[in-house]
Amino acid sequence: MVNLKKDSLIIANKKFNSRLIVGTGKYKSMSECAKAIKLSGAEIVTVAVRRVNISDKNKPLLMDYIDPKKITYLPNTAGCFNSKEALRTLRLAREIGGWKLVKLEVLGDKKNLFPDMIETLKSTEVLAKEGFKVMVYCNDDPLMAKRLENSGADAIMPLAAPIGSGLGIQNKINIQIIRKQTKLPLIIDAGLGQASDAAIAMELGCDGVLVNTAIAKAKKPFEMALAFKNAVIAGRQSFKSGRIDKILMGNPSSPSKGII
Amino acid sequence: MKKIKKIKIKINGKIKSINQDSNLSLVLKNLKIPLNKVAIELNEEIIDKKKISKIKLNKNDKIEIVHFIGGG
Repeated sequence: MVNLKKDSLIIANKKFNSRLIVGTGKYKSMSECAKAIKLSGAEIVTVAVRRVNISDKNKPLLMDYIDPKKITYLPNTAGCFNSKEALRTLRLAREIGGWKLVKLEVLGDKKNLFPDMIETLKSTEVLAKEGFKVMVYCNDDPLMAKRLENSGADAIMPLAAPIGSGLGIQNKINIQIIRKQTKLPLIIDAGLGQASDAAIAMELGCDGVLVNTAIAKAKKPFEMALAFKNAVIAGRQSFKSGRIDKILMGNPSSPSKGII
Repeated sequence: MKKIKKIKIKINGKIKSINQDSNLSLVLKNLKIPLNKVAIELNEEIIDKKKISKIKLNKNDKIEIVHFIGGG
């Protein structure tokens, strides 16, 4: 029996047993979100920083449904289109309760939601200097990934495909090249559509996956949360098991000797 | 009795009228803000939540109060 318990994901010196990170957006309700997270087994969830609704004081708060003492909150910079906005958002996030582990995402285009890597690089450098532990959403570009690493990133998080697209991993080769060149946690962030996409990411050697829309917008979010949990475990197990070589022709599984 | 003078400030983009001598702590208390779940900016500068009772507010001050919500 493979002991997967010892196979922890380590980000910025913190140990996690689950390699699935989930987003908390797009759910029908906070209770649906909380239940899906529980079923996914995720220990890290991404959250957004937004204005408090001062006219409706009875609006439910995320923290009342997902206990930040039990689940690691990963504040993001979703909706930020330049370094200044991203830095302001994460400094505020830290102020809410000492969050240092953050997800940096600086977008460059409102339609395709691709990251602006120049602004992302600038922000990573500043945040690392300010003591943040930065997990960086980025393009699946090995050169940029290297630069991020040199700028002080704590995790490299390339997209599989555009955010919310559900297209799955579009550039396996690039992901494999990034895997080969970095010892930092490599987490596929954005663009996954179904559980098998997560398994593929893990089989490519990624350390984890970050999923939001594929679970939240599935017809049955609870079942899909469970499916992603299992797929991440299966994919990791498969990666660690050492797959067979690919060959062009068939190779019979039953012995050819002793055929009657 | 002398009438208390009011000043206008902006909280999360909305104009609010408050007593001239109010401090930040009082304003947040009136809005029932759960301090342990938010971060506060005054004129784009982050405020140390421990010091809010010492912060006097002035006309046209801009306050931002943020918290965590669902996101990906």
